[in-house]
Amino acid sequence: MPGWKKPSENSVLGKPTPRLDGPDKATGRAKYAYDINLPGLLHGMILRSPHAHAEIESIDASAAEKMPGVKAVIITAKAGDRMRFQGQEIGAVAAETIERAEDAIRAIKVRYKVLPHVVHESVAMKPGAPVVRNNDQTNLSEPNRTERGNVTAGFAAAKTISEGSYGCEVRTHLPLETHGVTCRWDGPDKLTCWASTQGVFSVRDELANALGIQPASNVTVITEVMGGGFGSKFGAGYEGVICARLAKAANAPVKLMLTRYEEQLAVGNERSGHMKIRIGADAEGKITAMEATIHGSGGIAGAGVPFPYIYPVENVKVEQRSVYMHTGPSRAWRAPGHTVASFLMECALEDLAIKAGIDPLELRLKNDPTPMRQKQWREGARLIGWERRNPRPGQGPLAGNGRYRRGLGCGAAIWGGGGGPGSQCRVTINRDGTVLVEIGVQDIGTGTRTYCGMIAAEELGIPLKSVRASIGKTYLGYGVPSGGSVTTASTAPAVKRAAEAAKKSLLEQVAPQMGVSPDDLECAGGKVFSRTDPAKSVSFKEACARLGMEGAVGNGTWARELQQSGVAGAQFAEVSVDIETGHVKVLKIVALQDGGVILNPLTFKSQINGGVIMGIGMALFEDRHMCQITGRMVNPNMEFYQIPGTMEMPEFVSVPFENPDATGVTGIGEPPVIPTAAAIRNAVLNATGAYVNTAPITPARVLQALADARRRG
Amino acid sequence: MKSFEFVNPASLRSAISTLASAGEKAKLLAGGIDLLGEMKDYIQQPDIVVNLKTVPGLNRLTADRRGLRIGPLVTLTEIAEHPVIRANYTALAEAAESVGTPQIRNVGTIGGNLCQRPRCWYYRDEAVVCLKKGGSVCYAVEGENQFNAVLGGGPSWIVHPSDCAPALIALNASVEITGPQRRRVVPLEKFFTLPTQNVLQETILESGEIVTQIIVPAPAAGTRSHYMKVRHKESFDWALSGAAVMLQLRNRRVAACRVVLSGVAPIPWRSPEAEAVLRGKAVTPQVAMQAGQAAMAKARPLGKNAYKVPLTRNVVKLAVLKTAGV
Repeated sequence: MPGWKKPSENSVLGKPTPRLDGPDKATGRAKYAYDINLPGLLHGMILRSPHAHAEIESIDASAAEKMPGVKAVIITAKAGDRMRFQGQEIGAVAAETIERAEDAIRAIKVRYKVLPHVVHESVAMKPGAPVVRNNDQTNLSEPNRTERGNVTAGFAAAKTISEGSYGCEVRTHLPLETHGVTCRWDGPDKLTCWASTQGVFSVRDELANALGIQPASNVTVITEVMGGGFGSKFGAGYEGVICARLAKAANAPVKLMLTRYEEQLAVGNERSGHMKIRIGADAEGKITAMEATIHGSGGIAGAGVPFPYIYPVENVKVEQRSVYMHTGPSRAWRAPGHTVASFLMECALEDLAIKAGIDPLELRLKNDPTPMRQKQWREGARLIGWERRNPRPGQGPLAGNGRYRRGLGCGAAIWGGGGGPGSQCRVTINRDGTVLVEIGVQDIGTGTRTYCGMIAAEELGIPLKSVRASIGKTYLGYGVPSGGSVTTASTAPAVKRAAEAAKKSLLEQVAPQMGVSPDDLECAGGKVFSRTDPAKSVSFKEACARLGMEGAVGNGTWARELQQSGVAGAQFAEVSVDIETGHVKVLKIVALQDGGVILNPLTFKSQINGGVIMGIGMALFEDRHMCQITGRMVNPNMEFYQIPGTMEMPEFVSVPFENPDATGVTGIGEPPVIPTAAAIRNAVLNATGAYVNTAPITPARVLQALADARRRG
Repeated sequence: MKSFEFVNPASLRSAISTLASAGEKAKLLAGGIDLLGEMKDYIQQPDIVVNLKTVPGLNRLTADRRGLRIGPLVTLTEIAEHPVIRANYTALAEAAESVGTPQIRNVGTIGGNLCQRPRCWYYRDEAVVCLKKGGSVCYAVEGENQFNAVLGGGPSWIVHPSDCAPALIALNASVEITGPQRRRVVPLEKFFTLPTQNVLQETILESGEIVTQIIVPAPAAGTRSHYMKVRHKESFDWALSGAAVMLQLRNRRVAACRVVLSGVAPIPWRSPEAEAVLRGKAVTPQVAMQAGQAAMAKARPLGKNAYKVPLTRNVVKLAVLKTAGV
């Protein structure tokens, strides 16, 4: 099987290429699920529990049903049901306007027996706290243990032992486009659903299953573009299923997109993680042992992180527990658990290096066995100017002794990003010289449509503008859900093979007319020509004109050889800390990310930038605040649940890191978010000597840590 | 958002009479930045919305030898970009420029900025009936209070959200208020009321009254002013803490001064303690630090906002130094 060409042999792939749908997205022409407006469209809205913990005593929707403009009311909860988090669903309405739907929701009378709740981890962990899950005795799960080697011996061999507590708070996904769908029934058992999803086929199957539609292909799910998912948008969800049911009940299409308030409460979040650790290193800086206890919460769902993270440690004792609380369930969040694990691990390593008097980068080089990352550490150090770093926390020429102190820090990433089977792609070469690539897979935002087109253009030796890529529709061939950064490595091989098959058909059809054998023909530079007799050459367009009525069609499926799994990644941060106000400004992030064969360096880089921005959010801003008195989230909005804005953007030095040995493509949507927060925390420490051990690094925490540092002297 | 009647009055008299006869059922709309947010969140559910934009003359801004006369509908962008305000009323221009985002400043008005309601997340939660909404509890006292008051708090611990108000008070501004019976001019400092006075509102405005003008006297010779605002998110945020400082310097000594804090109290918080430290002195880093300490001497933090005490001390110090050009 032909593999990917070397970068030097490519004319389309491997070149920085703007997204095909970029202009449409930038100008507003692109149609998101939010933008689907159909004749007679109704607007749906969900009624949710205002209480963190309550039992429903009664529900009376009669007033709502009679309200003007209300076309359907469906109640899914019933008296006696337990509500276990604020935002849990009770029912939904569809009305002629969104305002009427909102009024109708408020007219449904629900009587609750309010029950005691726990929404803070510290409270949930107390003996005697109200228990969240029915059959449990406490809110702490059984411990999940990782033990190997001999910890006692490991610590005995250590020259330096560092102890510390580190943590990160719960974060939500905050896609700019909220969850939701527009549903239209095209017959009693035929449904079309425009969804904001990272898995059109998983939404299709969930809808078919929930609504009893057979076969599942009677459900069509369409996602031409979507506004972010980050792991929270795999299924139809309550909102998708109830929208379809409302549409059926009202006999009209219904759009149901969540409000920001609902989005923040009920459709996923990233678990928290809080750790106490002892970690030891020998005189050379090699880690000899670690002992850690970790707890975290995913609300009514579980928590847990991969730990120890990245750096192999021989003697380990780690105990992890989930803390259950009356808050919305966690879901996969861009590199699930890894951002938390990275923060906990890299902070502990940094503090160990400082205590041992070793350059933190040296300590990492000593303990990181990955050859790729060894190269990235060194290149990153060069790009950030690591030699400028303050030799001691808060002390050095970079920090200075003025109001703004500068410092450097670093952190590492690891990910798989390989693909899997299932993809079905079709490439059609038309007689007019245009090419159509069709595969049902959605674009979570990484640039799927663009590389699908690029692969076909490369294979056929034609410019990208001659290719149209049609994606995001379940009536096309199967594509995988976008989770685990698997999309590119699952999709690209199938597209390549479909393009190869279409090319083969083209060449077989035109070879006799050109008086050569198909094997002698090649497509390149917009021409179809004989390898052995260059005089025998026609333009690609001319060759296509000679095709039969059906053009040239090729189908392709996945091939393991065209993808690979396993990436490294390293990041360096430079920050400036205002020691008068505790405000942290990220000046620069150097992010090095390998990813197998790089199809489009521009969208590859965009994914690094996006990961870094999200990592800055984790480092400085994102924190779901719950109130233990009311049981409610106090910041279910973008006013007090903050993410970086334009002023928070650093200088990006995002480096698609070439892997000369690569033979296959690899997804990298997730790894670039992993190390940013730790690198920033470590840079703040290097700048000021302030140990801010919990993210987000707020002015309040920085001022406190600065005061602590001054006290220590 | 609940349905409402939208009234476009052709005159100030007509706006006032609509407002006065409807009482609590009517709300005034200027830029709408705050009111629409409250209505969408079901915090305010007026039956009538009175649109001030159809009242002629409310968006006039004049700057002359007497000072500034700013109509309530003048936008924050106009104030931030006005060359005379930037030069002679610097704190006001800086305060206006620090509000929200460019889009908000293009629409948001100075009248709305002074009359906006608190951002306390308990007040803004439809499901929570807190003290400010007629309930009996200020949830901030025992709850999530990282952004609440450390000065002047109790029984409600909101912080006043306005950036322009502290700057205007530092510049000794007054407001003209027009009501059904009378027109009155009140020093802006007296316009805001503590929760101990009336927990349900933040100003002295009575039923049917509208802020019709903001009057800023021309600064005396040697006057400089500055507004410093600390935001967690620089792109778009409320003040964690801020200070508007006005210094009138004579022979390098402070002849007159005002220090007004934002983000720390239920009203724009004038600090006579800090002013007393500064008066008569030449501004040095040490004097500025003492002013900061004096400003926060009576601070009473809640469980999660103690950081505001050292933060505001530093903010006062830095704002005083910057104003003095030290």
